[in-house]
Amino acid sequence: MKTNAHATLASILRWLGVVALPAVLMLSFLWAGGWLTPSRLTQAAMLDALQKGGGMQSGFRRNHAKGICVTGWFDGNGNASILSTATVLQKARVPVIGRFALAGGLPYQADAPGKVRSMALRLSPSDGQEWRMGINDIPVFPVGTPQEFHDLQLAARPDPTTGKPDPARMRAFLTGHPWLQPAMVQIGQRTVSSGFGDDTYYSLDSFLLVAEGGTKTAIRWAMVPVQPAVPDGSHANDHDYLFHQIIDDIHAHPLQWRLMVTLASKDDAIDNPSKEWSQDDRQIDAGTLTLTGIESEENGACTGITFDPLVLPKGIMPSADPILPARSAVYMRSFYLRSGEHPTAPAISHEMTIPSANAKDKKS
Amino acid sequence: MKTVASFALPSRVLHWVMAVMILAMLLIGVSMASTVGADYDRLVALHRPLGSAILVLAILRLGNRLHTPPPPLPRDLPPVMKLGAHASHVLLYALMIALPLVGWGMLSAGAYPIPLLGQSVLLPPILPHDPMLWAWLRWTHTVLAFLLFGVVLAHIAAALFHGLIRRDGVLRSMLWREKP
Ligand code: HEM
Ligand code: HEM
Repeated sequence: MKTNAHATLASILRWLGVVALPAVLMLSFLWAGGWLTPSRLTQAAMLDALQKGGGMQSGFRRNHAKGICVTGWFDGNGNASILSTATVLQKARVPVIGRFALAGGLPYQADAPGKVRSMALRLSPSDGQEWRMGINDIPVFPVGTPQEFHDLQLAARPDPTTGKPDPARMRAFLTGHPWLQPAMVQIGQRTVSSGFGDDTYYSLDSFLLVAEGGTKTAIRWAMVPVQPAVPDGSHANDHDYLFHQIIDDIHAHPLQWRLMVTLASKDDAIDNPSKEWSQDDRQIDAGTLTLTGIESEENGACTGITFDPLVLPKGIMPSADPILPARSAVYMRSFYLRSGEHPTAPAISHEMTIPSANAKDKKS
Repeated sequence: MKTVASFALPSRVLHWVMAVMILAMLLIGVSMASTVGADYDRLVALHRPLGSAILVLAILRLGNRLHTPPPPLPRDLPPVMKLGAHASHVLLYALMIALPLVGWGMLSAGAYPIPLLGQSVLLPPILPHDPMLWAWLRWTHTVLAFLLFGVVLAHIAAALFHGLIRRDGVLRSMLWREKP
């Protein structure tokens, strides 16, 4: 009797031994994948917030959905080459694929002066050391962390009855985040240029240049237009006036921007894109971007890639800015989802980008 | 105690090194695919070279497996179990090779540069740039990874079943060499 009980107990223990290790591994897997921690900020949660805050259309980018492809080149002048070994910053010309866009997830939204505009670029030197960037025409980013970005999207989501953000919800977000007040004010008070072509675009996030000997320099940069900036004036009651204008401009003549690199000084926040840097920082003119071609997203080369800000060449590194890894992760997920969907025709069609006799008439 | 011959030393070393690497890769994979935190790019930067190392080791290991056949399973093992063992081993080899190839292929199709160590070493693309293919392979990478995890769990449970319930020497044959 006693030995029998012993044998049963031993057998139970042995079976437990068989199950224990797989069970522990299963739990580790579930934990690592975030299934046991629903509060973890995931790619899916960020895309969900973007969809609620700025809309979404299947087949299009989950943010900056309305856009147009451009092509051209970048001429590095070597001025920044003491600070970075990146091939794109040496004295050389590299081909560029780019994209202008309006912030927000709705690809058919109407152009308007106050909407945030963006420039995205992929600089491809022949050695494969690519530099991709997505840069916006606001002086600072409204938030400093992915969680704040997520919460701001939810706070800004349109009220179903009015179609506008609920002012009470926005106020609650702002009172809960008083440290973001200066950034909001700076964004609200920025001067708005007439279009994509005379706009200045900022990296907002900070990066590190790495020199030959390994010295690191924290930087931000801006693409500053060579063509004079014209203040936003009156424009025809045209749903796509910004895009019509950039199409006409590029067909008329190449557009150029200077890559102005700003070096951080002692008190500049390296890890927070919502904080402005000192006006006295040293700046380096590192090269010139020239855009000569423009195409619809229907057939342009910018559609099938994502401008992941962590696709960096040797010689440029991410800073500790927490927005950067979040962008890399979410852009990849957005690119994955939209690439598997069937988009409808974009607002800016192929026909609209063909230089027409009509467009030439308008300019003469 | 019934005796089963042991695996040769190189086979055992490859087995345990890769067991650790594959379990680590599965955990790194699901954690990076579900975070926008500061670890995201560090985990991805670890995932690519570790996955590529698994591909190289898996090919070496397949060569080793064909060159040095494993010890036979115990003669009294029921035929269903024998079949299950063989089928799951074939599946494990197939996934160890397919999964990193899909990872490499999907980044190629998505036109991502594929840096390995820092930013100095770039893997060349193995597929043409094709966004639809990228989306399809990214999905496939998840499905195959989850399948691999399932097969690994079953494999571990089976090994422990041999070691603790049947006590037929099969588990020991991968652990140490029986003294003659
Ligand atoms: C955590 C914060 C952010 C999130 C979650 C986010 C999300 C996104 C997503 C999902 C896309 C679409 C990507 C694609 O499908 O290819 C996108 C595009 C873009 N984002 Fe962000 N973004 C963030 C911060 C920023 C910042 C700080 C900047 C500017 C410095 C920026 C500039 C851009 C630009 C320029 C594009 C358009 C790229 C293109 O034209 O393809 N974003 N963003
Ligand atoms: C045996 C080798 C490998 C294993 C076990 C593995 C496993 C995984 C797992 C479990 C995921 C998460 C899937 C999900 O939850 O959706 C993942 C994602 C991923 N893997 Fe792998 N992988 C391997 C090899 C590779 C290789 C060689 C590469 C590239 C060269 C690669 C690139 C990626 C990328 C880019 C992701 C997506 C990350 C994201 O969604 O943000 N993997 N992998």
